[in-house]
Amino acid sequence: MSLLEVSDVTVRFGGITALADVTCSVESGEIFAIVGPNGAGKSTLFNLISRFCEPDSGDVRLNGRSLLDRAAADMAALGVARTFQNIDLFETSTVLQNLLIGRHARRQASFASQIVFSPAVRREEIAHREAAERIIDFLDLHAHREQRIAGLPYGTRKVVEVGRALAMEPRLVLLDEPASGLSPEEARDMRFWISDIRTELGITIVMVEHDMGLVSAVSDRVLVLAEGRVVALGTPAEVQSDPGVVQAFLGVGAEPEA
Amino acid sequence: MEDLQLMVSGLANGCVYGLVALGFVLIYKATEQVNFAQGDMMMLGAFVAIGLGNESHAGLPFWLACAGAVFAMGAVGMAMERTLLRPLFGQSQIAVVILTIAFGFVLRFAAGAIWGHDPLVMDNPVAGAHVAFGQVVLGADEIAVIAVTVLLTGLLFLFFSRTKLGIAMQAASQNQLAAYYMGIPVKRIHGITWMLAGVTAAVAGILFAAKGSVDPSAGFLGIKAFAAAVIGGFGSLPGALLGGLIIGLVEPFAARYVAAGYAQIAPYAVLILVLIFRPHGLVAQVRGKKL
Amino acid sequence: MRVPFKTSHRHDIRLFADRYQALRYAALLTLAIALPFLLDDFMIGEVTGVLIWAIGGMGLMILTGHAGQISLGHAAFLAVGCYANVILMDRFGLPFPVSFTLAGIVAGLAGVLVAVPVFRLHGIYLAIATLALTMLVEDIIVLTEPWTGGVVGLTAPTITIAGMDVDRFSSPDRFYWLCLSITLLVTLAYCNILRAPLGRAFLAIRDSEASAQAMGVHVARTKAAAFGLSCLVTGWAGALLGHYFYTFNHEVFTVVVSIQLLLMIVIGGIGSIHGAFYGAFVVGVIPQAINISRDWVTAVLGTSGVAVPGLETGVFGLILVLFILFEPYGVHGRITKWKTYFELFPFYRRDLFRRQKSYLKTERIR
Repeated sequence: MSLLEVSDVTVRFGGITALADVTCSVESGEIFAIVGPNGAGKSTLFNLISRFCEPDSGDVRLNGRSLLDRAAADMAALGVARTFQNIDLFETSTVLQNLLIGRHARRQASFASQIVFSPAVRREEIAHREAAERIIDFLDLHAHREQRIAGLPYGTRKVVEVGRALAMEPRLVLLDEPASGLSPEEARDMRFWISDIRTELGITIVMVEHDMGLVSAVSDRVLVLAEGRVVALGTPAEVQSDPGVVQAFLGVGAEPEA
Repeated sequence: MEDLQLMVSGLANGCVYGLVALGFVLIYKATEQVNFAQGDMMMLGAFVAIGLGNESHAGLPFWLACAGAVFAMGAVGMAMERTLLRPLFGQSQIAVVILTIAFGFVLRFAAGAIWGHDPLVMDNPVAGAHVAFGQVVLGADEIAVIAVTVLLTGLLFLFFSRTKLGIAMQAASQNQLAAYYMGIPVKRIHGITWMLAGVTAAVAGILFAAKGSVDPSAGFLGIKAFAAAVIGGFGSLPGALLGGLIIGLVEPFAARYVAAGYAQIAPYAVLILVLIFRPHGLVAQVRGKKL
Repeated sequence: MRVPFKTSHRHDIRLFADRYQALRYAALLTLAIALPFLLDDFMIGEVTGVLIWAIGGMGLMILTGHAGQISLGHAAFLAVGCYANVILMDRFGLPFPVSFTLAGIVAGLAGVLVAVPVFRLHGIYLAIATLALTMLVEDIIVLTEPWTGGVVGLTAPTITIAGMDVDRFSSPDRFYWLCLSITLLVTLAYCNILRAPLGRAFLAIRDSEASAQAMGVHVARTKAAAFGLSCLVTGWAGALLGHYFYTFNHEVFTVVVSIQLLLMIVIGGIGSIHGAFYGAFVVGVIPQAINISRDWVTAVLGTSGVAVPGLETGVFGLILVLFILFEPYGVHGRITKWKTYFELFPFYRRDLFRRQKSYLKTERIR
């Protein structure tokens, strides 16, 4: 059984069909990339999996269980973490606090015990901080631990957002354009981190990415979307030699629009 | 017959609410800011008109006083944008909400200091006149109020949907940065919007002062106008007028048919019902925020 | 600048950054406890008022400053707490500690009830819904006359705790200590919430609801919790206010009070517990300052008693306008900047606290 299965999903916004009968599945331990030109439905697919939007038909299953009756806020507890295309961090909080919010679904303290800050809450808070510290170690964020997000450079924010997703200790992490807007050095770091996330932390990764260098370097399989439809699905090498993909990206041989 | 008269006076009241609501919506549509001082701007407009037109004050002819008030409030609106709102450009909506509430306090105090706290009525050509349709006797002032409101709403609606400037104003609110890139002078547009809001406030004030009396706390009417704007759907001009009319109608009928004491609650009860069942108003414009 | 050097995770969650800070607050507390021996009864009454407003301010600060939900209707919850407390004492003969606790809980539940239908609203819609609520409360108080005494109002009975009478007029010192201890409890609980997951969830929904959801924060539940806690504390402030005013009716809890409470926390400094105290202090001081300057103007100009109605709210509004324009983070923000200036001297830069401006995008998507 696959970790994540998307079957025959269709999503419409008004008159626009963002996704049409999309089917794919992600195996446990895989790095699965989604590529496609702008407006292909990549982000819609992401929002669908993380329950930020509803399909008109079709089903999404995690470990064989449908996700459609789950709310977006339930996904963290199910082990699905995500990042956002335009970085959506908690701007007024520090890096550490952002990572700690990532631990939210793992909290156990009751409402009342938090108000009196009982010893149990204290122990739990320390445990959360130790977990956050492991992420800080992993992503090399020591220098920024106590800094507010609002003052951080773009590249660092991008890393913090990945860190926040990892702090959730997910089974599956959805990375929305992890390398966009990064300098070549930062993008290279991100490439290593993405493969480390799989090998060291054992987390399955689904990512949307435009940088084909990054995609072919790290991903096991690539899904190519165009205008809401699956154009190709296979290893990076297979996909790159697929004539349909070339047509979707470059418009070579495409029929002129009426 | 009584119901019909209630309806007309309710509609006339509703028009004033609608006009103040129109002021909110104008600013919201073009700048995505919310002006909690709009009610107080209406109050100020009424006092300026009275100060210019009434025998007891400057004693100018009615139409001249009206023009003066409209002009003065346009200037006040523009000045507010220039001195208060522009420094807040790019800050949160909440900051603007709090700022305009506070500025409303200042306006209320200023009006009280200049014109006193006794209710004043504006001298006007149709004061006391009546028009009889068969058995139904309607106040000429009420009919004038309705006519002016419909006219002004129509003009503003055409302005936003037909003119280049109006469309540019909407674009500026939807994405400021993109509007900048497209060469839309966002700041100047904000100034013009606030000027228009000031003008609308002046018209509402004149109508309000001509058909009733005005005192510095008249600005609290703004709260009902707010309810009207929300009922209508905050971004829609016809919606604002519709909301104003609904509130205007609910009030007299509730006072007539519902037990005393409950009538004042009625407009807010309507608002809360709308917020629960149609949270984005009758003429909805808001959808979820894009991720 | 002294940067506390953290060597263990415990340092992160301690209430005080270091020993010096702990000492400063201990000194402040000692002074607060000793205050009745230093000031006369009138001044103690004024300070008590400031404490009560600070409790109310903290109530609203949780909701607006930390959870980011604006409320223009908190006078409603002051009223619920105030009436519930007195009714429970008078009608049911409950002792003050019980009636006080229950009054807060009643106000908190009322807050949750309000939050449930309006949780989908945010920003201005929430502001307007809560504004409508506060408009309703005055009328509802009048309508429920058998319980609330309608326009005549109610009179707060004397509090008896452990056989001692606590009364605002005959024993202002005891009433002050009562308010002080409640202020302390609320402040401590507030600090605890802020360093616990709940406080972080509040910050999360303030900064980004979408991100908060992705982190597993249930937005609706968290908002309900914020409303509940906020209204509980505000209800307590209302209960104390009832005893402070002695007699009260519907006119005490007007929309102006709601707005004043909001303006208070903005002047004090939004998003900080300190802000609630500074704001309450400013609101307490303004009327006195106006009185003094009025006497001064009268003395200098020789005119007799310049009495301008509405002067207080006018001045209040003006101060607030100036704060929003020049110091959006209020008194607390100003003090933080001064402190940093002296700690970094001579290396302070004006841009140190400058925030990036964000270009606004519409919430209306068509």
